[in-house]
Amino acid sequence: MIRVILPQHLRTLAHVDGEVQLEVGGPVTQRAVLDALEARYPVLCGTIRDHITLKRRPFIRFFVCQEDWSHESQDSPLPEAVATGAEPFMVIGAIAGG
Amino acid sequence: MKTKKPKGKMAGSKAGKHSKGSTLSAQPGSRKLTGKASGLRGVRVLVGTHKGAFILEADGKRQKWNVRGPFFSGWEIYHMKGSPADPNRIYASQTSGWFGQILQRSSDGGKTWETPGGEKMPKPGEFPTGKSNLFAYDTSAATGKTLTTHQFYDGTQHPWEFKRVWHLEPSLTDPDTAYAGIEDAAIFRTTNGGQTWHELAGLRGHNTGPKWQPGAGGMCLHTILIDPSNHERIYVAISAAGAFRTDDGGATWKPINQGLRSQYIPDPTAEVGHCVHRIALNRTRPNVLFMQKHWDVMRSDNHGDVWREVSGNLPTDFGFVIDVHAHEAETVYVVPIKSDGEHFPIEGKLRVYRSRTGGNEWEPLTKGLPQRDCYVNVLRDAMAVDQLDSCGIYFGTTGGQVYVSPDSGDHWAPIVSNLPAVLSVEVQTLQ
Repeated sequence: MIRVILPQHLRTLAHVDGEVQLEVGGPVTQRAVLDALEARYPVLCGTIRDHITLKRRPFIRFFVCQEDWSHESQDSPLPEAVATGAEPFMVIGAIAGG
Repeated sequence: MKTKKPKGKMAGSKAGKHSKGSTLSAQPGSRKLTGKASGLRGVRVLVGTHKGAFILEADGKRQKWNVRGPFFSGWEIYHMKGSPADPNRIYASQTSGWFGQILQRSSDGGKTWETPGGEKMPKPGEFPTGKSNLFAYDTSAATGKTLTTHQFYDGTQHPWEFKRVWHLEPSLTDPDTAYAGIEDAAIFRTTNGGQTWHELAGLRGHNTGPKWQPGAGGMCLHTILIDPSNHERIYVAISAAGAFRTDDGGATWKPINQGLRSQYIPDPTAEVGHCVHRIALNRTRPNVLFMQKHWDVMRSDNHGDVWREVSGNLPTDFGFVIDVHAHEAETVYVVPIKSDGEHFPIEGKLRVYRSRTGGNEWEPLTKGLPQRDCYVNVLRDAMAVDQLDSCGIYFGTTGGQVYVSPDSGDHWAPIVSNLPAVLSVEVQTLQ
């Protein structure tokens, strides 16, 4: 089970408390996790990555195992600790603006 | 003090009645609503702010107010508007620089909200919808293939990129049909209550499209007006492209900017390129339009075919909002703002100006409004009028105040004073 931590505004939008847990088939990549997340919570479509290009929105970051994975390929395998659920996949709203 | 229009000024702004007592209730489409006779019970004011939405409700006296909110706290609510066909149906544009666009819908007068088609799926991939916030430009071979770029700030051609919904205009007859004005400028329509949106590509497809360019607030389509006497006729306004009209329900569009004169563009009378801030009409006389342009207050008596300036004795004719009295088609309201470089009232005095002669002759309305040390702005979508017998006028400020005048502008009072900056104000007259 993949654990995903969302920023507060997206938790409110998706009506979830705390972490989201998802089953991801196949290789665990950013793309696979986000596909599963949006399939389960369609309201999040377009909020983390662009609807059409599927590129990460500019002020969204992805943190994994205390590293910034925002600029990694969406198809790179995520660390084993994320795939096993030991560590969460964190979606972060960048510190920007007021 | 009259602030003069600068000559040769560069575009640099954001966004953003006739004879008194005319009898209009007998005209087609008239909605003059007399309190007792019509069974009206009050008003619901929909306020979009920089940090959430608020709903302000009162009975017909409009003296005691109930405030609900914030809804969608922390998000920018560019606009909320109720359906004329079903006042319980309200659409809201919820946006964020971080998380993009969300489209919210209420079917119970704003008590509860939903994102159409965005419900949680019991199982992953069951039927992923979540398209209520998808505004995809038409790229079809038939109608959208050539609509690839518009002019950018640096003079180069730039791809159209969706940024946000500025304005939502529900159909006059169908609660599930609504129009959305977006940035980069285009108009979309939903016919299923906001679940999906489709572009009316004929607007961008007008052969001037590549010449449109953004104002300082972005290239936004911020005004949508449906002619109550002919629903196939729709007006839109774009900063900084100008005003456009369709007479065939959105299939084809034409610029309606003849008579506009803008010193900040190379050809001041060009077909497009004018920074129109707002257009308003009285539903009983929809051939007459009033416009607050970047500078200049304008009037057209022929559906926008030709405009003439009616700024008259205004102390400055820069501003964002304009609206028309519900029952007096020649009574018009504006809030003069000092200049495009100083977005606040002249001399720190917040004054609404009213013309009862369809323009040119204006009087300041000050009773109940701050007349010293006031340096707020009133943005383009932040004024509205109700339909009660004694017409109520409303506007919101970037200082977080929402003011009401229950007597056509003679007296004003704040409904709320400390909201986040107000982006939009709409009012529903409830039965």
